[in-house]
Amino acid sequence: MPTVDLEVTPLREFNQMLHELAEGTNDSYFRVLNPRGRHAIAAGVDAPVTVEIDGNAGYYCAGMNKRASIIINGSAGVGLAENMMSGRVHVKGDASASAGATGCGGLLVIDGNASSRCGISARGIDIVVKGSVGHMSAFMAQAGTLIVLGEAGDALGDSLYEARLFVRGKVNSLGSDCIEKPLRDEHRKKLGKLLEDGGLAGEVDPSEFRRYGSARQLYHFHMDNLEAY
Amino acid sequence: MCGIVGLFLKNKELEPKLGSMMAGMLATMCDRGPDSAGFAVYGAGESGHVKLTVRATSPDYDFAGVARQLSEAIGFPVSVEVRDSHGVFSVPAGAEQKARKAIEASRDDVRVVGSGTRMEIYKEVGRPDAVAKRFHLENMAGSHGIAHTRMATESAVTTNGAHPFSTGRDQCLVHNGSLSNHNALRRELKRKGLSFETENDTEVAAGYLTWRISQGDSLGAALKHSLDDLDGFYTFVVGTEDGFGVLRDPIACKPAVMAETDDYVAFGSEYRALASLPGIETAHVWEPKPATVYFWERH
Repeated sequence: MPTVDLEVTPLREFNQMLHELAEGTNDSYFRVLNPRGRHAIAAGVDAPVTVEIDGNAGYYCAGMNKRASIIINGSAGVGLAENMMSGRVHVKGDASASAGATGCGGLLVIDGNASSRCGISARGIDIVVKGSVGHMSAFMAQAGTLIVLGEAGDALGDSLYEARLFVRGKVNSLGSDCIEKPLRDEHRKKLGKLLEDGGLAGEVDPSEFRRYGSARQLYHFHMDNLEAY
Repeated sequence: MCGIVGLFLKNKELEPKLGSMMAGMLATMCDRGPDSAGFAVYGAGESGHVKLTVRATSPDYDFAGVARQLSEAIGFPVSVEVRDSHGVFSVPAGAEQKARKAIEASRDDVRVVGSGTRMEIYKEVGRPDAVAKRFHLENMAGSHGIAHTRMATESAVTTNGAHPFSTGRDQCLVHNGSLSNHNALRRELKRKGLSFETENDTEVAAGYLTWRISQGDSLGAALKHSLDDLDGFYTFVVGTEDGFGVLRDPIACKPAVMAETDDYVAFGSEYRALASLPGIETAHVWEPKPATVYFWERH
C-alpha cells in the first residue's frame, strides 16, 4: 500500500510511476498526501488500481482515466476526469467547471456541487452529481448520462446530441434544442442502476427525476433556420 | 491567463502578517502570469491625510526632491516612504488635487498610480515573486490586499499595463480575462472626459467604474452595471477601503475560488493560491457564482 506525499515526491514522478504500472502489479492501492491543488494528479492512469487523494486536487485530476478508481477526499479543480475512458472517479467535495468533459466512458460521482459545463461534450461517460450543476452543463453532449440530484443552472443541454439528462430539482433554463421527455420504465431502471453505482442504492427514488433530451432539430440543415446562418 | 489573489483579514492579530501571507499566495500564481505583477495593500492611514503612491522609472529616483517640491507647492510638510521604484507621499487630504497637479506639472517621469487614506499600489514588469521581493511585500502590514500576476494578451507588457488599476480614492481593480468592447467603450469614456494612458482593456474597465461612481453609483451598483456594458471575459476583484469585492462575468470561464475561516476571507484564481493559508484544511471553500457581486467588508 504505497503512500505518496506530494510535498516529498515530485508529482511528475508519481504520475510516471502510475503510467508504468505493469499488468498484474501487486500495488493496487495508492494513497496521496498533500495534493494542495496541484494540477493533473493521477492523470492518464491505465491500470485497475485505486488512488485515494487526501485533500483538494487542482485542474485535470484523473484526466483520461482508464480502469482505475480514483477517490478525492476533498474538492477538485477544473476538468476533473476530463476525457475519462473507463473506471470510476469519486470526489467527496465539489468539482469546478467542466467536470467529466468529453468523457467516453466510466462513472464520475460528485458528492457536492459541480460548476458550469459539467459533462460538456460527453461521449459516453455517466455522471452522478449529488448536489447541483452550473450553467451550460451537458453542452453538446453526444452520449452518456448526466444525473443531477439538485438543480441545474442556465442552458442545460444546449445543442445536445444523444446524451440523457435526469434532474431531480429545478432547471433554470433549457438550452437550444433541449426538451423535456417522458420518464419511462426503461429510464427509471437505468437511473436506479446508476444511482446504485453512485452509492445511493435505495436512497433516491428514480421517479422523482425529470428527463431531458435532444429535440433533434439542430442535427441537419433546416430551411426554417436559414436566417440564423 | 493571469492570476489573482486577495486576502481580507477578520482577525486583527494577523494584520502584521498580511504581506507575508499575500506574498506566499502571489508566488503560487507566477505561472498564471509571469510577465508582470502588482498589488494593493490597505495598511495604516493617518487621519486627515491621503497617501499618494507615485511610480518613478527607477529605484534610485530623487523622491526626496519630489517631497520638497510638494511641500513648497502645497505649503505643508510632506513625508515620503520609498519602496524600490515607488514612493508613497502623505499629504493633507484637502491638498490632494493640488499635490497631484504639482507632481504632474513638474515631472514627466513619474506618475500617481493611486491615492487613498490607506491604499498603496505597487506594480512592475518581471516575475511576480521577484516583483514582490523588490517591494518587500512580505514586510507589509494591513487589513487586506489584492494582487495580480499578468500574462498580457490585449496590450503590451509594460508597467502601465500591469494591474491593479486605480478606480478612485482607496479603490483599485485587478482583472483576469479580456474585454472585447474596450476600444468602443474607451472612445465613449474619452468623450465623457476621462483620459487613458494605455491600450489596455482593464484600464477601460477601471475607467468605466470610476465614471459610474462619479455619476453617483455605489461600487456595488457600478459593478452590476458593468454586467450590461462590458463585453468579454472577466473575473474582477476590486479593493476598497474596507474590504474587497468580486465579480465574474455570466459565462464565468475565468476561474475563482474563495475560502473563509473565522480569521480571513481569501480569493485565488486557483486553490493552489490558498493552500498555504492557516486553517485552510477546515476552511469553507467555494466558487463565486457567475454574474453575482460579492463584497467582504470590515464593520
